[in-house]
Formats: sequence, structure tokens, C-alpha cells
Amino acid sequence: MDTSSSVAPPRSGKTLHRFANPGQFLRLSGKVLPWLFWSGGIVTTIGLVWGLVFAPDDWQQGDTVRIMYVHVPFAWLASAGYFSLAVCSVLSLIWRHPLADLAAVEIGPVGAGFTAVCLATGSLWGKPTWGAWWVWDARLTSVFVLFLLYLGHIALVRAFDDPTRGYRAGAILALVGVVNLPIIKFSVDWWNTLHQPASIGLTGAPTIAASMLWPLLFSAIGFTLLFAAITVARTRAAVMERRIRGLLMAKASSANEERAVS
Amino acid sequence: MTHLPYILAAHVIAVGVPLFFGVEALFRVRSAQRRLAAIDVSRERGRRERNRT
Repeated sequence: MDTSSSVAPPRSGKTLHRFANPGQFLRLSGKVLPWLFWSGGIVTTIGLVWGLVFAPDDWQQGDTVRIMYVHVPFAWLASAGYFSLAVCSVLSLIWRHPLADLAAVEIGPVGAGFTAVCLATGSLWGKPTWGAWWVWDARLTSVFVLFLLYLGHIALVRAFDDPTRGYRAGAILALVGVVNLPIIKFSVDWWNTLHQPASIGLTGAPTIAASMLWPLLFSAIGFTLLFAAITVARTRAAVMERRIRGLLMAKASSANEERAVS
Repeated sequence: MTHLPYILAAHVIAVGVPLFFGVEALFRVRSAQRRLAAIDVSRERGRRERNRT
């Protein structure tokens, strides 16, 4: 029996660990980060100004449709952020990817913040359109559950003295919570909801006018770039903070050894 | 615009929250960079002193 093949990590695992090198991540993220921040800021500004000033009113909803240019990108990013949290959890649980744990910890608060914005802007859209700030309909409730899942993840990863146990528990919660993503997506099809069905899909042509679709796409791409920039910056800070903790502990232990010798 | 307060409030929240996260992240990165540089300097100094003795 060839023992070397059973000991060596799988090829995909090797590649992942090469990219998980903190030094390499710091070098790469240092180069990418300014581009992400600036391009995100510029594209978002174009999308928001286009949607707020130049896009037409909706024939039925009037000017309240302008809230769509902020609400929809945040709704997409709330789900996409949770999906990225789940991907980090898989990388953490299966390949023990060292950066995946840190990235998951940093994605949590940003995802929760973006989900809160989705809920708040939805509420601001609902009041003039439906006449209510909040209704317990399937779409709104499932997004609220997503917000609670984010909060649960934030609390769980920080609940243990040993951070590794917190990362493992958070990863399991993130993977269990993934079941909520298709519920959010298909809630408007499965149940009779007050929330409108999707106007843009991956398979069919969009049912939204091009004059509204373009500013929405700009806004969505811009906010996505900003989400990525914030997450990369936070993960970068977390990597450096971990290195600082390690260096300080090494310094303290060597000082203790010197004291013991003298 | 008849619903301007709702529209403006939504935009303020949507711009404000990412801005807060972005500024907080940049401050965290800068603070970590400064602390790391300070530790590197003190380590280098300690190494030189040890070599001298």
C-alpha cells in the first residue's frame, strides 16, 4: 500500500493552503484593497445618483421605487454575504483553512449590518406602498431569520475562551443556516406574500425597464465591491492583530525564560 | 417627489452603514500596522542588544 498518498493532503487542499498563507494574503490584499474601495465608491455613486435623479418614476409605485436602488442590492448582499460565510465554514471545517476562520468572523458583522439595512430600507419602502412598516409575510420573516442567524454567528464565535472551538461552532451554525437562503429566494413563489416577486432572474429576461435596470445594476455592483473591500480590510486587520498577539506572547515567554535563568 | 423623506432616509441609511464599516476597517488596519511596526522595531533593538552582549 502506498502510504505517501494517504498522508498527503488532497491537491485542492494544497492549493488552498498556499493561498491561505497570511503573508501572501497581506501582500495581495494590500494591492487589491485601494482598487476595491475606489471602484466601489465611484460605481455606487454613479448608480445612486442615476437612480435618485435621472431614473423615471414607476407607473404604479411612483417615486417610492427609488428606494429599490438601495434596498435590492442590500437584499442580494445579505444572502450573498451569508453564502460566503458558509463557504468559509466549509473551508474551515474540511481543510482547516487558517484564513477562513478569520474571514468568517469578519464577514458576520458586515453581513448583519447589510441585512439590517435591507430590513430598514424595506420598511421605509413598505410604509408608503403597503401602508405598514412591517408585515409578517414569508419574505420579510425569512430575511429577519437571516439577520438572527448572523447575530447568532457573531455571538457564538466569541462565546468560547478557546477561539478554535468558537470557530467550529460558528461554522456549524453557518452551514445549518444555509437552508434559509433558498427559503428567502423562493418565499415569494411558494407562499402568497405581500412582497413582489423577483423582477430579475438568472434564467429569464428581466421584467424591469432598462431605464431602471441599469442604475440598479450599477448600484448593486458598487455595493458588492464595497462589501468585498470592507471584508478584505477587516480580515487584513484581523491577520495583523493575530500576528501582534503571537509576537507579544513570544516576547513575554522569552522574557520569563530570561528571568528564570538569571 | 411626494415620498422624499422615505427615499432620503433609505439612502442615508444605505450610505451611512457601509461608510461606518469602511472607516472602522481602515482605522483598524492602520492601527494594526502601527502596532506591528512598533513591535518589529523593539524586537530588532532587543536582538541587537543581545548580540552586543
